Amino acid sequence: MNNLRVAITGGTSGLGLALMRELRRRGARVAFVARSHERVEAIAREHPGTHGIVGDVARKEDIHPIALQITVALGGLDVLVNNASSLGPTPLALLADTECEDVALALETNVLGPFRLTKALLGALTASAREGRGAVVLNISSDAAINAYAQWGAYGASKAALRHMSAIWNEELAAEGVHFLSLDPGDMDTPLHALALPDADPATLKRPEAAARELADAIFAALEKEHA
Amino acid sequence: MIAASKPIQRPRDARLLVINRQGAISHVARTGLADFLQPGDLVVANDAATLPASLRGVHLPSRTPIEVRLAGRKSLSREDTHFQAVAFGAGDWRTRTEDRPPPPPLVPGDRLALGSLAAMVDDVLGHERLVALKFEGRPDTVWAGIARHGRPIQYAYLDRALALWDVWTPIAALPVAFETPSAGFALDWNFLRRLRERGVEFATITLAAGLSSTGDGELDERLPFDEPYRIPASTASAIRRTKTKGGRIVAVGTTVVRALVHSGGRAGEGVADQRIGAGTRLCIVDAMLSGTHAPDESHYQVLRAFQSDGVLARAEGALEESNYRTHEFGDSVLVFSHQH
Repeated sequence: MNNLRVAITGGTSGLGLALMRELRRRGARVAFVARSHERVEAIAREHPGTHGIVGDVARKEDIHPIALQITVALGGLDVLVNNASSLGPTPLALLADTECEDVALALETNVLGPFRLTKALLGALTASAREGRGAVVLNISSDAAINAYAQWGAYGASKAALRHMSAIWNEELAAEGVHFLSLDPGDMDTPLHALALPDADPATLKRPEAAARELADAIFAALEKEHA
Repeated sequence: MIAASKPIQRPRDARLLVINRQGAISHVARTGLADFLQPGDLVVANDAATLPASLRGVHLPSRTPIEVRLAGRKSLSREDTHFQAVAFGAGDWRTRTEDRPPPPPLVPGDRLALGSLAAMVDDVLGHERLVALKFEGRPDTVWAGIARHGRPIQYAYLDRALALWDVWTPIAALPVAFETPSAGFALDWNFLRRLRERGVEFATITLAAGLSSTGDGELDERLPFDEPYRIPASTASAIRRTKTKGGRIVAVGTTVVRALVHSGGRAGEGVADQRIGAGTRLCIVDAMLSGTHAPDESHYQVLRAFQSDGVLARAEGALEESNYRTHEFGDSVLVFSHQH
């Protein structure tokens, strides 16, 4: 599992950053994607050997430049983590009060973005599977993908779509050796959570580092299953 | 033949001309490709993704516009940001390359500003349009600049400009090709699924496909440029397995033929520097899926390794007579080798 090649979207804060650090600690080579040039530069400087890529997964035009930089930087790809997420409207709103544009943004970021990026990287992932390295796509989900929470309509609907899409990808691509995971990391003390529920007490929330350990365990377990 | 002017990788009415070992010709729908493969055969494709190799900017000494098309590199390594490039003067893709003005006179040391990229002419390679180009900055910065500022190499016969998603084949992986290995447009995931169901194996190589034409007769004589490639160990063992059991190796595209003939099917990296033509021993390659090529194209020479000039002339006549579509987004030819 040494030299595992991993790409993480939304990698400069919250869960993405914690997962980047966790996987790096376990010997992976990591490329991460985020929108802010300054944040990407700063995080890349703090973590020598990582590759910072500036891009917005919600923008169709950014997808291939992102995919190109990921595969060049790592010489291929074994694991893709679709972590970047949009809440939709902030502050959160009842679905009936939600602008169509905010629903569209949640779908672009949480469903179409991961779909497009996965599709653009599928050649690299299947090449890795054929070479016996294994290939895993982890889509970050939420309990809002399953339960109907008032005011979480745009986010919940988009995460439900992503979860179902993960299941279908997995069904279709198992024979190609690409394994799809859809995992809910729980309610964490992250910028996204603070944006959604500014009054929540951070002490009651899970640390992103703890969630990152669990997700890393799941990725390695899926790769080992592929090897067995 | 007629130019395929719409950039659609897999038009529903795509056709396939098949030349069997004995040289007999038949016409089918390209969706029927799998029917020509048998259990135990191995299909090998080039999984190189295509770089946005066309970079526009300014030649700083003369302050005049320039387009450079990255055309070659010595290795597949990300650290290697030295390129061979073909330069053009003003104008864009709507003008045929044959009619494009030459670049401003280039000499070693000239600096170019290409979007956010800074490049320097390292050498002029025996032709006013062909240069060795060195990018300034760390590899990550250079690749980010190419990814954001570059555009895929364009074709004047198309009805619109190409985006990267138009030229990446479904199996595109490592972005090292300068022009797209377009024979791979015929593949999709459903086709790969059907291969598996038929007991046909699938494997990939990665070859940095170079330019197919430069629009300059003298330069075109020097094509194809040297192309670095990599054969994965898993592909090498699939080839051995297939050969041991008497299966056939079907190469998708001329680039795969070049890599397999150069490497003999052995795993590892290399630089393909040979030409494939009438005298080439195909060794392990039994058939090739390719685009439809006319006798004046460099790719046509590759066909001559598979069949006699007489058979190819009849095939060419059939392509013309039946109005096959040609160029990158055109119909396909499946040719079996008479060598085996």
